[in-house]
Amino acid sequence: MAVVIRLTVNDEQHEVRTDPYRPLLDVLREDLQLTGTKYGCGEGQCRACTVLLDGKPVTSCRTPATNAAGKTIVTVEGLAANGDLHPVQEAFLEKQAMQCGYCVPGMILTTVGLLEQNPHPSDEQIVEWMNGNLCRCCAYPNILLAVRQAAAKSNPTEIAEAHDAKTR
Amino acid sequence: MPRRVETELLEPERYELHEPTPYKFEVNRREFIEIVGAGLLITTAGAVVLTKDGYAQGGPSRGAEGTLAARLHIGEDGAITVMTGKVEVGQGSRTQLTQAAAEELRVPVGQVRLIMADTQLVPDDGATAGSRTTPSTVPAVRRACVAARDVLVAAAAKQWSVANDVIEVRDGEAVDQVGARRLSYADLAKSPGLTPAYAAALPGDVTLTPVKDWKVLGTSVAKVAGRDVVTGTHDYPSDIKRPGMLYGAVLRAPSYGAKLVSVDLGPTEKMEGVTAVRDGGFVGCSALTSWAAKAAVDAIAKTANWETSPHPSSSELFSVLKNTAVMGSETRRAPRERTTGSLAEGLAAAEKSLQATYEVAYIQHVPMEPRAAVAEWAGGQLTVWTGTQRPNGVQEQLADAFQLSVQNVRVIVPDTGGGFGGKHTGEVAIEAARLAREAGRPVSLRWSRQEEFMWAYFRPAGYFELEAGLGRDGSLLAWDFANYNSGRAALESPYRIPHTRTRFIYCNSPLREGSYRGIAATANNFVRESFMDELATAAGKDPLTFRLSNLDNSRLRDVLEAAATQFRFAERLKERKAGRGVGIAGGTEKGSYVAACVDVSTDRERGTIRVNEICMAYECGAIQNPNNLRAQIEGSIIQGLGGGLTEEIRFENGKLLNGRMAQYDVPRFKNVPTIEVVTLNRTDLPSVGAGETPIIAVAPAIANAVFDATGVRIRSMPIRGEALMKA
Repeated sequence: MAVVIRLTVNDEQHEVRTDPYRPLLDVLREDLQLTGTKYGCGEGQCRACTVLLDGKPVTSCRTPATNAAGKTIVTVEGLAANGDLHPVQEAFLEKQAMQCGYCVPGMILTTVGLLEQNPHPSDEQIVEWMNGNLCRCCAYPNILLAVRQAAAKSNPTEIAEAHDAKTR
Repeated sequence: MPRRVETELLEPERYELHEPTPYKFEVNRREFIEIVGAGLLITTAGAVVLTKDGYAQGGPSRGAEGTLAARLHIGEDGAITVMTGKVEVGQGSRTQLTQAAAEELRVPVGQVRLIMADTQLVPDDGATAGSRTTPSTVPAVRRACVAARDVLVAAAAKQWSVANDVIEVRDGEAVDQVGARRLSYADLAKSPGLTPAYAAALPGDVTLTPVKDWKVLGTSVAKVAGRDVVTGTHDYPSDIKRPGMLYGAVLRAPSYGAKLVSVDLGPTEKMEGVTAVRDGGFVGCSALTSWAAKAAVDAIAKTANWETSPHPSSSELFSVLKNTAVMGSETRRAPRERTTGSLAEGLAAAEKSLQATYEVAYIQHVPMEPRAAVAEWAGGQLTVWTGTQRPNGVQEQLADAFQLSVQNVRVIVPDTGGGFGGKHTGEVAIEAARLAREAGRPVSLRWSRQEEFMWAYFRPAGYFELEAGLGRDGSLLAWDFANYNSGRAALESPYRIPHTRTRFIYCNSPLREGSYRGIAATANNFVRESFMDELATAAGKDPLTFRLSNLDNSRLRDVLEAAATQFRFAERLKERKAGRGVGIAGGTEKGSYVAACVDVSTDRERGTIRVNEICMAYECGAIQNPNNLRAQIEGSIIQGLGGGLTEEIRFENGKLLNGRMAQYDVPRFKNVPTIEVVTLNRTDLPSVGAGETPIIAVAPAIANAVFDATGVRIRSMPIRGEALMKA
């Protein structure tokens, strides 16, 4: 019944023995103790559980663990390097894009995913892309400011390079 | 005013406080001895329970008394730890209380650490509810910090043989007039001989720093621990990890009112690492993963027999409320009525009178983090980390469920993923504790979203009957307002009316009810401010002029005028665009004043309402953190769009028809309108809370704008767009 899968999470290799249908979210939180990724609904409707799977945002609550086998996963814990925040994290902090903050890891990874595929999104594109992510404190105005600020820092390669340069 | 606030404070908890603990478990003999033994130990060491002594119970004055040591600890490194029973659920209490302490201690914000809501360590500051943190707990913390600063000054004066008043405290140090001698909080902590006042009761006559001298309060200090949020390192209740911890799941009834007749735990016996327990009506499992715990409960569920009972459906909700209204036979739930003048006389003298009925649906809080708890037993002592707005209430519930003394129960509330009045109870804490006791290991239990929808409580539904009479000049003469079931907050009209009768009538709610952001003020204000618009039309006046001509309260006038001016309400009311309309509404609750103007687009064929723009003016006395205030107002506005337009709980045969995130329509990015916020900073008035009251003006302003756009008066909340198709 249980299978052994290999996952690369935040540049670290893991071997996990798990039921194949178990959500990736549970594996991250319970097996790997990476609790930055949050459960919100279990239906893929709030995207609090968003992680990057081979660079693309997915709802980890609806991703069976085996679907992630052999793939690269980035969680919120993997964004900052050597204590330096990722520019999207910086933008969320600077714009105070949080109230209770529970949705923020999912918001941040969804934003990273957006800028990865569309470095210069319009306001309409930002709203369209982010619309799947719920914030029940309704901190949406400040979150939009943060996404815009992160987007204004131009393309993701530059962001990544600037980030790497800072952490080196 | 304090008297009135006190009454309101009790209101949000009306439903929870009288609800019995959901479980009561058998105590076995071995545990009983352990409990008694431990209890004796605690009694002997009673002095460590600082929190229970000197704190009056049952009123907003809780936390105002006590010793300095119960509120404040100064480390030898100068780090200052402030203790409070309040919780942080996103409203910003941690930051605001940290600011308050830093202000009075005269230290940088970073030098203050706040311990919140750990029943073993902190004073009982009451529930985090009713917008009480700002008017009650902030002053309590400030008084303690002023007293601590006075201790520092007195110590310095003694050491330097100078008078107290030549010493100033700045940047965490007492400094003499010429700046030659300095004494820091760290020095103080290292010299216990200097601090006789520390263990003494707090003096009652300390002087708080006046608003004009504020340096930290009144500024937009950023969220404390915000960095932990963006890095994912902040541990919410569902993130707490303990050595050897298991994960839990609980068997739920298939419908409201269903009773468990029989169940077989047998299927779990061969499941690896699974512990199953049945205790009365409680059945649950713990396992190495939440997936395995859920699988075990699913296996048990197949064997369960339930006895169901009839349950009303939401389609008949308002007749159920009306038919179960308690009209005076029971004394405890007799209608609450207040009259002024003579209603009959007022109506008889009226030139015109108007009647209407309104309806308000049940809604759910839907906090991003569902209920969650981690429970751990050591001997007969229980520690539970859980997300609740009533740590001491949950401590009592746990003690009651397990027949422990409260001293043997420790409740710790990590900063939690949303509350909105929805987390006043301790079900999940009790369930986690029962599973942990059975397994002999710590257990983490987090409700699923579906469990949260079905088994948490709802904001009360309400049915309203109104009648009002107008004089020839459009003045309000008579006002009859009856609220069935939804609650008493902001029940009274703030307008000038000589003859009134205001009633709150208890009913038997088909669903479990409790607090919600703004509680019944949202419903009462929606109904009142919608009806005020109906009366304005009847009087032939525009909505703003009608309100102002019937209003004496200057603070409410100020916000109505501020919102109207900023929005250009009078001018925009005259503009006519197909399907577009504007509306205004005001209100007051918990000492705050609010007014909103909105612009809507309507489509009668499709039955849709879109809020394009909202302008809100808000006044809550002296503003303590402008950015956080703005965030609370924006959040209330957008959250209010949900209850105003789309959210309602539907149910049938004891089951929810829309108890999933995909079926329950809460506001998203696409629903966010253009928002303008005008804050009136009344530095001459005491600060009051602002996390709730902004929400009360949103729905009525929308309903009034929909009327302006279409001529259709929708007398229900949510304001359903489909009503436009039928009209």
